Amino acid sequence: MRETSLATLLDKLPLQDGLTVSFHHHLRDGDAVMNMVLEALKERGLKDIHLSASALFPVHTAAAEAIREGRIKDVTTNYMNGPAASLVSKGYLAGGIVMQTHGGRARSLINKERPVDIAFLAASAIDRDGNATGSFGKNPFGSMGYAVEDAKHAAVTVIVTDTVLDKTLSEPEISAQDIDHHLVVAAIGDAKGIMSGTLEVTKDPVGKRIARDAVRLLDALGVFQDGVSFQSGAGGVSLAITEGFNRILEERKLTASFFSGGITRYHVEALEKGLVERLYDVQCFDDAAVESLAKNERHIAISASRYANPENTGRIIKDLDVVILGASQIDRDFNVNVTTDSYGKIIGGSGGHADTAEDAKLSVIVGPLFRGRTPLIADRVRTITTPGRDVDCLVTERGIAIHPSRKDLMEILCEKGFPFYSIEELQEISHRFTGRPVEAERKERIGYVESRHKEELDSLHKIKEE
Amino acid sequence: MKKEIITGSLESSDCLIRVSPAEKLEIELETVVREGFYEHIKNLLEETAKAEGAKRVRITCKDQGALDYTIKARLQVALRKFKEEGHG
Repeated sequence: MRETSLATLLDKLPLQDGLTVSFHHHLRDGDAVMNMVLEALKERGLKDIHLSASALFPVHTAAAEAIREGRIKDVTTNYMNGPAASLVSKGYLAGGIVMQTHGGRARSLINKERPVDIAFLAASAIDRDGNATGSFGKNPFGSMGYAVEDAKHAAVTVIVTDTVLDKTLSEPEISAQDIDHHLVVAAIGDAKGIMSGTLEVTKDPVGKRIARDAVRLLDALGVFQDGVSFQSGAGGVSLAITEGFNRILEERKLTASFFSGGITRYHVEALEKGLVERLYDVQCFDDAAVESLAKNERHIAISASRYANPENTGRIIKDLDVVILGASQIDRDFNVNVTTDSYGKIIGGSGGHADTAEDAKLSVIVGPLFRGRTPLIADRVRTITTPGRDVDCLVTERGIAIHPSRKDLMEILCEKGFPFYSIEELQEISHRFTGRPVEAERKERIGYVESRHKEELDSLHKIKEE
Repeated sequence: MKKEIITGSLESSDCLIRVSPAEKLEIELETVVREGFYEHIKNLLEETAKAEGAKRVRITCKDQGALDYTIKARLQVALRKFKEEGHG
């Protein structure tokens, strides 16, 4: 059924206190749909809402307001920063916070572990038959990967769009049969907002050095071969590594099999130059990726389940050779934290971090030994996002460390005379600059980090009010 | 005679130091790494002030994650300029 008024639509929906509503984050910091819906639910006086969102960004002020006012009781998400994250860290949720992974969220939606009552999913366009897409329209954002399982498994699925096409889409990402209602609004947000974060190759000399050494490490380990598969994120250092990776493919006339995950123009360039056979795109990070997805046949949108669901034996990342990942902290056991800062404040979350680290044959963490005075390497990370057993290498500007269990990698590097340190040695080097931090006390528990296999990995704790 | 000397900045990884006259040595610290390093930085400020012979000064440090050598240099310059202004 097609509606143009959210209020009229809500009259038809089974609204009740304790409702679970879900959203995807493909519009990232340009999303208007979550705020629109949460404001309307406020008018209806709904309480004890469970917010299930693939991610939350600074733009989501209505979520922050609902958390502050106690209307949102629980939050399940894969990543959050901005005012909502800050309030959650300060203990405003009467229920709790569960931080999942992209693959784990797909698993839990499919298994109905935290069943969604109503999914409100932004689409950049719907076609004449009611199929939905993230390509085309006024605010195209590309892949709808994180919304596919919501659409299939929520009790009620509402597609929110600002564009109705007078044709039938050949490859819609969400099929009309999974959709109960269409809501056509003036704007689903501002597609320019998907370009939040760095999205440019780093110019910082420390970052450049890390990227250079990471590429050298990959080369020493014999990664550059025909058919290699690779994933890296959209941070400045990751992009510099992607650029270096592409350069070597080009120089040696090699072709990679696929790049996966979040896609940027650096990935698209590799596809268009024939350096990689396919892009498996779960999320577009810039407009070049959005345009490419709409026109390049071998640029393929995939669902979060096809990307990383551990119970999906056909998941893409099980064939991943190399993943490059960041860290807010890493510890002596190679556990990585990208969920909180060193003091427990939520500043992000796994996204696909833990998923890809577990599946990839080689997972490489990159980061500066210290940011300001805060050291990267801790005795024990404040929050475990990705267990150390899934991490193989750490590359910093002052040296590389290899996980003790990867004797095979150490042997290769020794043979080639490629220098590396123990992670304890790197930690000592960083402390010469920063001093040793005092371990901060942990206050009351507010929730936990869930592995993609549904185990509790670590607990999250309240921080002090500033 | 200037009443207050200011060095440094509020850029990330820097610190802003203000030095002004007081009855005795007073040190006030605000830092973005309070939980991990408050005592460490407080001690550094104290030691540096003592080594510079500062006695009747009020030092305020607004730290944005600066490393030891930055904080020390900012404070030394502030205290020496302060002395040049004729303060004790």
